[in-house]
Amino acid sequence: MEYIVEMLNITKEFPGIKANDNVTLQLKKGEIHALLGENGAGKSTLMSVLFGLYVPEEGIIKVRGEEVHINNPNDANNYGIGMVHQHFKLVHNFTVVENIVLGFEDTKHGFLQFDDAIKKITDLSEKYKLKVDPNQLISNISVGMQQRVEILKMLYRNADILIFDEPTAVLTPQEIEELMNIMKDLTKEGKSIILITHKLKEIKQVADRCSVLRKGKYIGTVDVKTTSVEKMAEMMVGREVSFVIDKEVAKPKEVVLKVDNISVYNHALKKNSVTDVSFEVKKGEILCIAGIEGNGQTQLIESITGLNPISNGSLTLNGIDISHYSVRQRNNSGVSHIPEDRHRHGLVLDYSLEKNLILQTYFKELFQHKGFLKFDEIRINSDDLIDRFDIRSGKGSTTSARSMSGGNQQKVIVAREINRDTDLLIAVQPTRGLDVGAIEYIHKQLIAQRDAGKAVLLVSLELDEVMNVSDRIIIMYEGENVGEFDPTVVSENELGLYMAGSKRSDQ
Amino acid sequence: MWEKVKNYLVANALNLNIGFFLFLLVFIIPQFFANNDSILLVIRGLIVATGGGYIFYKLLLFRKNNPNFKPSESKLLVDVAGSIIAILTGLLFGLILMLIVNPGQAFGGFFVILQGGFRNIKSFGDMIYFSVPIILTGLSVAFAFRTGLFNIGATGQLTMGAYAAVYIGVKWGVIGEFSPFLHWLVAILGAIVAGALWGAIPGLLKAYRNVNEVVSSIMLNYVAMYLNTMLIVKYIYNRDFARALAPKSTAVTPLMNLHYLLPNSSVSGGIVVAIVVVIILHIILNKTTFGYELKAVGFNRDASKYAGMNSKRNIVYAMVISGAVAGLAGGLMYLVDGKFLQPLNVLIPEGFTGIAISLLGLSSPFGVLLAGLFYGSLKQGGFYLQLYSFTPEIIDIIIAVIIYASALGLFLQKFVIRAMKKREMLIDQKPEEAVEGSDA
Repeated sequence: MEYIVEMLNITKEFPGIKANDNVTLQLKKGEIHALLGENGAGKSTLMSVLFGLYVPEEGIIKVRGEEVHINNPNDANNYGIGMVHQHFKLVHNFTVVENIVLGFEDTKHGFLQFDDAIKKITDLSEKYKLKVDPNQLISNISVGMQQRVEILKMLYRNADILIFDEPTAVLTPQEIEELMNIMKDLTKEGKSIILITHKLKEIKQVADRCSVLRKGKYIGTVDVKTTSVEKMAEMMVGREVSFVIDKEVAKPKEVVLKVDNISVYNHALKKNSVTDVSFEVKKGEILCIAGIEGNGQTQLIESITGLNPISNGSLTLNGIDISHYSVRQRNNSGVSHIPEDRHRHGLVLDYSLEKNLILQTYFKELFQHKGFLKFDEIRINSDDLIDRFDIRSGKGSTTSARSMSGGNQQKVIVAREINRDTDLLIAVQPTRGLDVGAIEYIHKQLIAQRDAGKAVLLVSLELDEVMNVSDRIIIMYEGENVGEFDPTVVSENELGLYMAGSKRSDQ
Repeated sequence: MWEKVKNYLVANALNLNIGFFLFLLVFIIPQFFANNDSILLVIRGLIVATGGGYIFYKLLLFRKNNPNFKPSESKLLVDVAGSIIAILTGLLFGLILMLIVNPGQAFGGFFVILQGGFRNIKSFGDMIYFSVPIILTGLSVAFAFRTGLFNIGATGQLTMGAYAAVYIGVKWGVIGEFSPFLHWLVAILGAIVAGALWGAIPGLLKAYRNVNEVVSSIMLNYVAMYLNTMLIVKYIYNRDFARALAPKSTAVTPLMNLHYLLPNSSVSGGIVVAIVVVIILHIILNKTTFGYELKAVGFNRDASKYAGMNSKRNIVYAMVISGAVAGLAGGLMYLVDGKFLQPLNVLIPEGFTGIAISLLGLSSPFGVLLAGLFYGSLKQGGFYLQLYSFTPEIIDIIIAVIIYASALGLFLQKFVIRAMKKREMLIDQKPEEAVEGSDA
C-alpha cells in the first residue's frame, strides 16, 4: 500500500460556489507533499474535509488504504491526522505543557498530573529537535517556539499525518530554515506531511511532490525536483507570472514626511512600544519598514496616522507639524493609509462597495449636500474606481464588502486610498494573505504611485517584498530603528540577523 | 430650483397622487359621513384597496425591473423570512400551551389570537393605540442599536418624557388658552427634551469615560422611576386618587379625525406622530452623512476611527436621539384622556417591550413599525382571549418565544435560504424540461 492518505474525487459545495470540484490528493508515506494554490483555490476547504470540519458532497477518503468517514476533528485525530493551523490555537495564559495535553489530560483522583506528560514531551522534543521549555507560559515564548508547541501537540497525540497550514507566514528567515529541517527530520521518522502554502521557494526547498489547485479545480501533481518554479506558478495562476518587478531607479525629491524621535508608550504593558524612531520619506521613493511582526511597526504607523497618540517627538508633513492633528485633519492634509488589518480598519464589511469607497470623503462637497448623501455621485465614483482598478464583485457597486474575496477587498482599499491623491501613501502589509496575481497588481500600483511623485511608506513582513519593491529599508526591532539599508546591496540573510535582533548598527 | 421641483413632481406623480388620495380618505373625508356607516365602510374599503393595490403594483414593477431576482440572495427577504418563522414558532408554542391548559377551548382561543386586532373596527383602532408607544420605544432601541449601542434604558427615558409631558400638560394650561394645539406640542417637546437629556447621560459616560451603556442606562431606569414618584407627589399629585393630576384637555393628543374612521376605539393622532418618526429616522439612517457615520460606528468602530469620524460625538448624538424618541413615547402614552401617571415605583414595561420589538423588526424603522403593529394586534388578541377563559398572559409568553426564536435567527435563516434555493432550482429547471419535451 503506497499511499497513506488518498482523497479521491472530492467535491465540496458551498452556497453559490464549488470550493472543491473533483479534487484528488494522494499522500505517500514519508513524503512532504505541498498543496499549492492561490487564495480561494480551495486548499483550506480540502484540508478541512480531511480534518473532519466539512463533509464532502462527493468523493471518498482512504487512510492507510481503508475507506473512512471523518465527521469531526476527533475522528481525524483517531486516524492519526494532525493539523498546525495558520493562526495557532494556543491558550496564552497556559504553560506549554498545559497547552499540549489540553483535551488529553492525565488525572489522578480528579487532579491533573503533568509528570508523565512532561517526560513524554521532553522525549519528543529531543527526538525531533523541537526545542521548547515545557513550563513556560505561551505568552512569554517566541512565535517560532509557539509553532513548535503546535507541532508537539500533534506528535503528543501520536499523529503521523501532519498538515501544516501556511506555517512560515510569521517566521524569520532563520526560523523558516529551522522549520524546514524539522519537517525533513519528521519525514525521516516516517511521518507524512501535507504543506499548504503559496510560497514557491519553500516548496522547492523541502517538498517532494506538489499538487496544484486553481479555483477549486485540481490542476495536477508534479514532482518538485524536476519542475521549475515558473512552471508551478503558471499552474497555480493559469498564466505566466513575472517574479521580477520592473522598476526604474528611484529619484527621491523633497521630504514629505519627517518623523523625529517618536516614542509611543503602551499603557497596558507599561513600556514603550516605539522608542525614539526617526526617519524621512521623500517624494518619489518607497521606504520600507521591515521587521518581524510585533516589533512596534503597528504602533509606529498608528501614531503617524493618528489612531494612537505619540508620547514624545514630532511628525512633520510637508513642513507642517501634524503631531497633534486628529485622524481627519491628517487625512485632509495628505495622508493615505492602507491599513494592516483590512477587516478591522480598512472596511465596513456590512457596507456596500460604493459606501466603502467614500469612507474618508463622504463629507466632501462632491458626495453630500447639506448633510444629505448624493447617491448618484457615489455611484459614479464607485463605477469609475471599479473600472480603473479592476475590482471584481458579484453585484458591482451594491455588493456588500463582506461577500467579496480578500484580494478584491484589498483592491477596494487600494483604489480608495490611491484615488485620494495624497502626497504620502502608507501601506501596511498590503499583500498579506493575497495570491500571486493580486500581489503583483498591488506592487505595480505602489511603484506607479512612487513614479507619479508620491512618497510611499511600506511596512512589510515578507522579505521578498521588502527586497523587490523598496528603495530604502529600515529595520525595526523591539520598537527601535536598528538600521537602514539599500536593498540593492544588502543580503536577505543580513536583514534576517537584524530583524532577529542579533545585530544592530549604531548610527 | 423650480425646475427641480417640477421634475420631482412629474417623476413622482403617481406616488404623490396616491399619497394625497389616501390622506383625504383617512383624515378629511370621514368627518362628513360620521353618521353613515355604509359610506364609512366604503371609505375603509377604498383605503385598503388603494394601499394594497399600490404595494402590489410596486411588487410587479420590481419583478419587471429585476427579472433575475433570486430571493435567496436578498438579505432583506432572508431576514424577513427568518422573523416570520420566529413568529410562527411563537404562535405554535402558544397553541401547544393552550392545548395543555384548556384543550376544549384551545383552537377557538388560538383563532382569536390570530384575528388579533383585525377582529372588528374597535379592536383595530385599539391595536393602533396600544402599539404607538411600543413602536416608538422599539425605534429608540433600534436607532441606538444601529450605532452599536444597546439602550436598555428606554424605560427610564420614557418615564422622564412622560413626567415632563404630564407636568407641562397640568401646569402650563396658559398656553392651552392661547392655542390648544400649541399646548400639546409644547408638552410633547418637553417629553422629547426630557428623554433626550436622560439618554445623553449614558451616552456621555460611554463616550468620555468608557462606561458600559447597558449598566449605566439600566441603573438610570431606577433613578427615573423613583424620581418620577418623588416629583409626582411633590408637584402634580392628586391625593384623592393617589395618582398624578390629569393633564388639561388642551394637552391631550389630538385625534386628527381618526375617530371618525375608527369609531368607539381609543385611536388617536399618536400613530401619525409615530409614522412621522419612522420616516425621519429612516431618512437619517439611510440618506444623510450623519446616518452614514452612525452606522459606520455601529458596524465597525475601528474602521470609523480609521476614517477620521468622531465616534465619541456620534455615540452621544445617537443616545440623545434614542432617548428623545423614548421620551416621545412616554409623552404620547400619558397625554391621553383617562390615563394617569402613578407614583407606583414600577418600571414601565413598554420600554423593555421595545427591545423585543426592535429585535423582531430587524432594527430598521419600517420593520419596527410593522413589528409594533403586530405586537399591538397580539395584545388585542390577548384581550379578547379572556372570552375563552384564558389569561392574556399567554400573549406575553408567545412574544417571549418569538424573541427567543428571532435570536436563533441565524440558525433559522439557514433553512430559509435552503428552501428558497430549492424553489429557485425548481423554477430554473422547468424551462429545460420544456425544451426536452419539445425535442422528443
